[in-house]
Amino acid sequence: MNDIILIGLNHNTAPVELRECVSFSDSDNDEALKTLKDLPEIDEVVLFSTCNRVEILSTTKDKPGAIESIIKFISEYHRVDINSLRDHLYIYKGDEAVRHLLRVASSLDSMIIGEPQVFGQVKEAYNAALSKNSSGLILNRLLQYAFSVAKRVRNETGIGDGAVSISYAAVELGSKIFHELEGKHVLLIGAGEMAEIAIEHLISHKVGSIFVANRTFDRGVDLAKKFNGTAIRFEEIIDYIEKTDVVISSTGSPDFVVTREQVKGAMKIRRNRPIFFIDIAVPRDIDPDINQLSNVYVYDIDDLKDTINENLEDRKKESIKGERIVDEAVIQFNEWRESLDIKPTLLALRKKIQSIAENEIEKTLKSLDNLSKEDYESINRMMDSFINKILHDPTLFLKSNEFKSNKSLTIDFIQKIFNLGKLK
Amino acid sequence: MAWLFYTTLIVYSISLIGYFVYLFKQNNQIFKWSFFLLILGFLFHTATVIYSYVITGYIPANDLKGTLLIAGWIITGTFLAFQHKFQFKILGIYTAFLSTLIILIASQLQDVPAESKNIFNSFWLVSHIITIFIGYAAFALAGGAGLFYLFQEKALKQKTKGFFFKRLPSLELIDNSGYAFITVGFTTMTIGLITGMVYAHLIWGKFWSWDPKEVWSGITWLLYAALLHGRVSGGWRGKKAAIMAIVGFVVLLFTFFGVNLFLKGHHGEFTKF
Repeated sequence: MNDIILIGLNHNTAPVELRECVSFSDSDNDEALKTLKDLPEIDEVVLFSTCNRVEILSTTKDKPGAIESIIKFISEYHRVDINSLRDHLYIYKGDEAVRHLLRVASSLDSMIIGEPQVFGQVKEAYNAALSKNSSGLILNRLLQYAFSVAKRVRNETGIGDGAVSISYAAVELGSKIFHELEGKHVLLIGAGEMAEIAIEHLISHKVGSIFVANRTFDRGVDLAKKFNGTAIRFEEIIDYIEKTDVVISSTGSPDFVVTREQVKGAMKIRRNRPIFFIDIAVPRDIDPDINQLSNVYVYDIDDLKDTINENLEDRKKESIKGERIVDEAVIQFNEWRESLDIKPTLLALRKKIQSIAENEIEKTLKSLDNLSKEDYESINRMMDSFINKILHDPTLFLKSNEFKSNKSLTIDFIQKIFNLGKLK
Repeated sequence: MAWLFYTTLIVYSISLIGYFVYLFKQNNQIFKWSFFLLILGFLFHTATVIYSYVITGYIPANDLKGTLLIAGWIITGTFLAFQHKFQFKILGIYTAFLSTLIILIASQLQDVPAESKNIFNSFWLVSHIITIFIGYAAFALAGGAGLFYLFQEKALKQKTKGFFFKRLPSLELIDNSGYAFITVGFTTMTIGLITGMVYAHLIWGKFWSWDPKEVWSGITWLLYAALLHGRVSGGWRGKKAAIMAIVGFVVLLFTFFGVNLFLKGHHGEFTKF
């Protein structure tokens, strides 16, 4: 029987310099797949490469040979020293390989647990393998299975819950203050990369007007243009706080840009409609005392980071449930693999036909009540020999050597037409 | 009647348990079932009220048991009417809790036959009871919303997320629904007081007789009037409004129970047990 092996490295086992070196770009991918597929020890192969990991999943009849030639391939393809490469590689076989793949696809092995991109990346790798015909029955089934397991993990656990980036955290908090962010007015004070990301994120939630205040007015005008907003003068900030619901601040100012007294006055004019300050600047722009005013909420960069850390902790806790789902899935996949053999297939086929025959006979006998005990027995005997005769030819065929070259495929085909497969 | 009554109690209790599970598990399917059970409980509850009306020929508000039956019925009904407008799912746990508790207390009480059937049959009295109770129900829900507001506000101010943060909706939604409850409560309570006064005039010949219940109702009414006025003209919203809604509900509870139990007056009739 073919064995599954997985060889790879990731952010835990290899430094970024090495990961950069051995990663396969999209253009490398086709050629690499072809080369791997042509290795004599390898039957099926899928190659998966992102900035955090490189994984080569394959099936083989010669494990040690395949492992050696895959390592040699990576080392030669990327011209890295084979011995230093070896130090950073992990090699999984059988169940462990299946488990690792399922964990990767479910984002349990990601640097940020639960990040959603990896799912799509695995899917791309699968499609590439499909189009190059490098994967076959086993790996195709394994990957499709991995996708359904990943979806289960995502739906049944909270590993994707809670914001884990500054801009997401800001939006998450905003949506606990405001019913919806749509139509809320935003004031951006100063400019910074993080502030821009946050505002782009807010725009995707269809916020209302955007005002931009910058010390150098011209720079503010440029920024405002970028976000389809209005540039205002730095001195006008307080007049606009009255009108906005979300304020993002990230200036380089050494002092507070907005003071408590100013906001207190503005709240009166706003008739206490809530306002949310996001202070990304270091040192801070927004006087933290402002948070004590009612209906005003001030979060600085540390608060947001605390939120993120809390969410990461929650995800880690949730990942335990994910691991359990994966454990179950590994067992199930194993069962399917084992059933992909002659004996279990014949057994399952017999069981299926037997149960159909028994059901039908039972139904028929219900309406015949004048039968003697002997009649019953002869009907049952007829059923047995009927089943044996039906199974005679398939049994001979399966036990012959006629299809040895693609045994798994043939068995899978038989299982499919009789609907015997266990893996969903 | 007894089996309808107890079926109502059982269905409400299961709904309450469902809501508790939903609170912890946050599973939407469980929420749907709990909400469905609350509706089912309300239907049984309605049947109980109608049955009681058909048998006795008057609204069953002649003793504490009947009064509680009506109060619980109107609270659930009011919540169900609002749930449609505000997606304030978790308020259901508060409603299910109140309804279950009220019916549970009522189940421990005896029926007291009405002394005079006639006084419970006037159009003005029926309108008075129904509108006053809708007012109470809306204020009860406003109190619940106020409580949830304080939880959520604390989480956001102190930046400690805790248990409720992800389970409660946004402050704005809680605040708006609380405001809506108070507007509805105030309107119906005003109508309730007017119909009550008209009825009093018919029976006793005067609109207002400084009965303790009347005085406390007046105080409650003024309190909510102040709250609404503050909101409309002075921007009283958020935490302040939430605290006021809770205080209002506590005063209301006293007006509803305390006055009848501790003070004497012509409303004692409704809460005999």
